[in-house]
Amino acid sequence: MDLKTEQKINADLLRPLRQTSIGFYALVGFLGTIVLAGAGAWFYQMWNGLAVAGIKFPIYWAFYITNFVFWIGISHAGTLISAILRLVNATWRRPVTRCAEVITVFSLMIGAMFPIIHLGRPWLAWYLIPIPNERGLWPNLRSPLAWDFFAISTYLTGSMLFLLLPMIPDFALMRDQMTGWRRRVYSALALGWQGTTKQWHRLEAAMQVMAIAIVPVAISVHTIVSFDFSMSPVPMWHSTVFGPYFVAGAIFSGIAALIVAMAILRKALHLEEYLHPVHFQNLGKLLLLMSLLWGYFTFVERLTTWYGNEPAEMAVFWETQTGSYAPLFWTMVFCNFLLPFPILAIKKLRTITGCVIASSTIVVGMWLERFLIVVPSLATKHLPYTWSSYRPQPVEIMITIATFAGMVLLYTLFSKAVPIISIWELKVGGHGRALPMTAEEDEKQGALWRVRP
Amino acid sequence: MTHRWGMTVDLDRCTGCEACVTACKTENNIRIAGPEQAARGRSIAWIRVERYFEGEFPDVRVKFRPVMCQQCDAAPCEPVCPTYASHHTEEGLNAQVYNRCIGTRYCANACPYNVRFFNFGNPVWDRPLDLHINPDVSVREVGVVEKCTFCVQRINAGKELAKSEKRELRDGEIQPACVQSCPTSALVFGDLNDPESAVSRLSKSSRGTKLLEDLGTQPKVTYLQKQT
Repeated sequence: MDLKTEQKINADLLRPLRQTSIGFYALVGFLGTIVLAGAGAWFYQMWNGLAVAGIKFPIYWAFYITNFVFWIGISHAGTLISAILRLVNATWRRPVTRCAEVITVFSLMIGAMFPIIHLGRPWLAWYLIPIPNERGLWPNLRSPLAWDFFAISTYLTGSMLFLLLPMIPDFALMRDQMTGWRRRVYSALALGWQGTTKQWHRLEAAMQVMAIAIVPVAISVHTIVSFDFSMSPVPMWHSTVFGPYFVAGAIFSGIAALIVAMAILRKALHLEEYLHPVHFQNLGKLLLLMSLLWGYFTFVERLTTWYGNEPAEMAVFWETQTGSYAPLFWTMVFCNFLLPFPILAIKKLRTITGCVIASSTIVVGMWLERFLIVVPSLATKHLPYTWSSYRPQPVEIMITIATFAGMVLLYTLFSKAVPIISIWELKVGGHGRALPMTAEEDEKQGALWRVRP
Repeated sequence: MTHRWGMTVDLDRCTGCEACVTACKTENNIRIAGPEQAARGRSIAWIRVERYFEGEFPDVRVKFRPVMCQQCDAAPCEPVCPTYASHHTEEGLNAQVYNRCIGTRYCANACPYNVRFFNFGNPVWDRPLDLHINPDVSVREVGVVEKCTFCVQRINAGKELAKSEKRELRDGEIQPACVQSCPTSALVFGDLNDPESAVSRLSKSSRGTKLLEDLGTQPKVTYLQKQT
C-alpha cells in the first residue's frame, strides 16, 4: 500500500470527526429530546408507582422484560460476530468489526437498564451487588436474576475491553492528526502507543485472548437470560430448548441490527468505498443461516409442546397459534422467516437493499418473538380463573421508543468521536486490493505493514 | 417439637360467600385499590374464591375453590428471588420480607397458583377505614410483593400466649382470619406435625387432593374434593 492510499484512508475515515454538518446537530437534538422524554417517563413511573404501566396481575413482566431480552440479544451482534470472524481470520471482516463491537457495548448498556426500570423499587437495585454490609444482606445465588447480574456485568466489561483494545492504534493516529484539546484527549486515550513491534505483538496477543474469551461469555449471557424464564414452572417457559433458542435468536437479531447500522453509516458518512456490497452479501449469508436456525428452533419448540399435549402448555400454545396473540405470532414468522428467507437465499435479491429490508423486518420480528415469549405464558398460567390480557400503557411505549432513540444517539455520538471503521486494520488488510485475499496473504501483508518504520 | 402449619379446604362445604376474603383483607391491612384500578388488575386478595362453571344452561354446576398461598414445601417462588425476600421459615411457611423485596416480581411469575401480589401504589385508606388498621401487621410500601402469611401474627401471638401460660398449644387455638370467619367451617387450620390435629386427620382423607399436585410443589393446603 502506498502513502497516497493511506492518506486517503485517513482523510476519508477522519472526515466525520473533523466536519460537523447542521444535520448532525439536528439529529442529536431530535434524538436527545426523545431520550429526555423517556427519562421523564421513567421518573413519572417511579413517582407514581408501576400503576401507570400496563403490567397487572398476573402479567407482572411485559414490555420492559421484552426490551431487556431484545437488547441483550442485539448485543450479540458485535462481540460474538467480530470475535468469530477474527478467530477464523475472515479477511473481509476488517471494515465491519468496529461497527459491530460498538453495537454490543451500547445495546448491553441499554438492555441492562431494563431490569432496573422494571423494578418495583429501583432505588434498591444495589441489593443485587454482593457487598458486605451490617444488615447481612446478600444476593441469593440460586436466583437466575442474580446470575443475570454477574453475567451481564462480565459481558459488558469484556465487550468494552474488546472494543477498546483495537481502538488504541487509531487513538494514536488521531493524536498525531488532530490539534488542540482533541490531541490531548486522544493522546490520553492512546495510552502511549508508539507502534513498536513489541506493542503490536502485545496488542495482537491481547486481542486473540479476548476474542477467544468473549465467545463463551456471550453464549452464557443469553443462556442465562433464557434461564430467567426456563427456571420457573410456567407453561411454555419451562423448556430445555430455551438456552440455544435464545442464543440463536440473539445472534440472528444482532446480525440484522449490524446490517441496518452499516447501511445507514455507509450512506450518512459516505463510506461506499469501504463497506462494499460483498460485506452485506457475506453478512446476508450469515443472516440466512441464522434465519433457518431460528425457524428450526421455533418449529422444534412448538412441535414438542404440541405432541406433549400438556393442558397448561396447550392453553398458551393455542393462544399464540390461533388465539389473541396469533396476529403477532404470524407477523413474527413472516418477519423472521417467510420474508427474509427468499430475499437472502436468492443471490440476485441479496443486494444491499435486499439485506437491509430483510434485516429491518428481522429486528421487528425478533422484538415480537421476545414479547411472545414473555407475555402469553404469564397471561395464561395454570389456573384459568386468573387468566388475563395485557395492553401497554403510554409510559412503557415512551420508554421503549426512547431506548431505540438512545441507541441511535449513542451510535451517532460515537461515530463523531472515533472512526467507525478501524483505520489500522484496513491498512493492515491492504485496503484497495482486489478482494478476496487468502488468509496467508493477509497475514503476510499485515506482518509487512507492521514492521515498517 | 416444631410446628408445620397446614390447612384443609372442604369444597363440599364452601358456599362461595367470600367471608374469608373480607376477613383477610381486614386482618392483614390489604391495600384498597379502588374500582378503577381493580378493573385494571391492581387489586390484592391473599385469598380469593375461584368460580368454575360446568355444563350448559340449564344444567349448570358451579364450583367454588378458595385459593390462598399453598405454603409449598418445594416453593417455586423461593429460589428465584435474588434478594432472599421470599424464603422458607423453620415452621414451613413461605415468608416474604418486605424490606428486602426490590420488586422484581419474579416470585409472582414463578408461582403457579398466582397468589403473590404486587403493590402498584402506596396504601391509603379513606376515613373511617384507616381506623381499622391492624397494628400487628406491617403496612406494605409501593413496589413490594406480598402474599398470604397464614396470619403469622396470630400464630406468633398464640405461641406467646401458650408459652406465658406454660402449656402446649391446643389444636384449633390458632385460627387465621379466613378460618375464623368461615361460616360453614370449610377451612380448617392446624399443625400437620401433630397427628391428632383436625387438619392432620382431614389431610389424610381419601377426598384430599393438592392443587396442581403434578408440578411437585408439595403444598401444605389440602383440598377435599366435592362428593356430590
